[in-house]
Amino acid sequence: MFETINYESRAGVAWITLNRPEKLNAFTAVMHKEMLAALKNTGKDKDIRAIVITGAGRAFCSGQDLGGSDNPDYGEVLRKGYNPMIQELVSIEKPVIAAVNGVAAGAGVSLALACDFRIASEKASFIEAFIHVGLVPDSGNLYFLPRLVGHAKAMELAVLGEKISADQAKELGLVTKVAEEEVFIQEVETFAVKLASMPTKAIGLIKRYMNKSWESDLSEVLEYEALAQKTAGSTEDHKEGVSAFMEKRKPEFTGR
Amino acid sequence: MADFQSIKTKVEDGIALIELNRPNVLNAISRGMVTEIRSAFETFDKEDAVKVIVLTGNEKAFAAGADIDEMAEDDAVTLELLNQFKDWDQLHTIKKPVIGAVSGYCFGGGFELALCCDILFASEKAQFGFPEIKLGVMPGAGGTVKLTKLMGPKIALEWLWLGEPMTAKEAQKHGIINRTVAPELVVEEAMKFARILACRAPLSLRLIKESVQYAAGHSVHDSMQFERKNFYLLFSSEDQKEGMKAFTEKRHPQFKGK
Repeated sequence: MFETINYESRAGVAWITLNRPEKLNAFTAVMHKEMLAALKNTGKDKDIRAIVITGAGRAFCSGQDLGGSDNPDYGEVLRKGYNPMIQELVSIEKPVIAAVNGVAAGAGVSLALACDFRIASEKASFIEAFIHVGLVPDSGNLYFLPRLVGHAKAMELAVLGEKISADQAKELGLVTKVAEEEVFIQEVETFAVKLASMPTKAIGLIKRYMNKSWESDLSEVLEYEALAQKTAGSTEDHKEGVSAFMEKRKPEFTGR
Repeated sequence: MADFQSIKTKVEDGIALIELNRPNVLNAISRGMVTEIRSAFETFDKEDAVKVIVLTGNEKAFAAGADIDEMAEDDAVTLELLNQFKDWDQLHTIKKPVIGAVSGYCFGGGFELALCCDILFASEKAQFGFPEIKLGVMPGAGGTVKLTKLMGPKIALEWLWLGEPMTAKEAQKHGIINRTVAPELVVEEAMKFARILACRAPLSLRLIKESVQYAAGHSVHDSMQFERKNFYLLFSSEDQKEGMKAFTEKRHPQFKGK
């Protein structure tokens, strides 16, 4: 179905694997289109309740394939390729996990930053490579990075462009968890399956309004919370959660 | 109420809810649909039990546009003879408050229909726009007029010439919609607002609407004179006596619409 990515779903989790290992999963125009289609599908498919994005081979994603065309209009490449992909990813009201298996560079970092969670292999590393070729972090990088690590640290990372290890990323709060290479995929799977068994609608609402909080004042957020709570309060998962609590048993959430 | 093909209606607690109901074509607005909306509007406008009208589509689309198939073969003469906008013109003559609840696509004729509402609630994910330019035509049911009145000629031209979709956030910024709400709650929030209006003095709602609409198209001086007459007019209503009496007696007024 796809040429540059691999898409499969199991146990309520969609796995999207960037699949150009010989090019360290660098982005091409085709890959943008395929990612967009895959992400749209995960948003629509009601059986999918969590999404994992990872890379085939030794890299997570090395960013833009610089060997692509001769003299591209970078602005248009972003508007047509990266930006719609990032917008789509953020608009999916389900948890999205970046399983950073190896190096993430340039727009590869941006892709990971736009996800809701990052789990890193001990072999993973992050590098804001843009500056080394005289460019500016893009694909939401300048938006997400200061929000995740703070302005000062974000400036250091973006301007100095130094490679940071998985452990350093963990210290910065960039990643949720660092796993040993042998158990990495298992750890990701466990984490994703757990998320997929949680109250999906509530997670979606948390994601929607936490994202909106960055552009809102307190009174707006208080109102969003009231709207969100009203919606969450009418879900089956809320009823199930309350009954399970009263009956002293484990809840079984269905995402409805 | 008549047997409608393209819309569904129900009346509850003084509020008439009209739902556009051509889900297979994203509620594309056919001539028949406009005739039905007009008929429902006029019926509810006369019905004493109805205080407020709420107009909505479905989750995916308020209305994605006019029914293109229906007009593809038309020419200027057939359109003139058909006089299809007569029904549209009547939508503006409704005296009771009309609240629109918009989710999803609201394009072309759908956007024009939404602009016929007095108050608009929209989903955060709603999209508005006039894509007519892309089909080699232009809005014909008030799109260029109302957009210009709401956002001014410069901004209106940009949207009308490009024909690109406008987010709910942008629409709110330009004063096109009153409130942006969560997609799940659009109709509910609109109904909540309608219930508040349904408790207000019906004649006041009516004459305020008339005065505001007059003011939008006339000079300040003329509008002030117009407002004054409506203000005086309310003093011959029972509800004015009741309202002021209840105020001095520190109780809630019971309005009768008389």
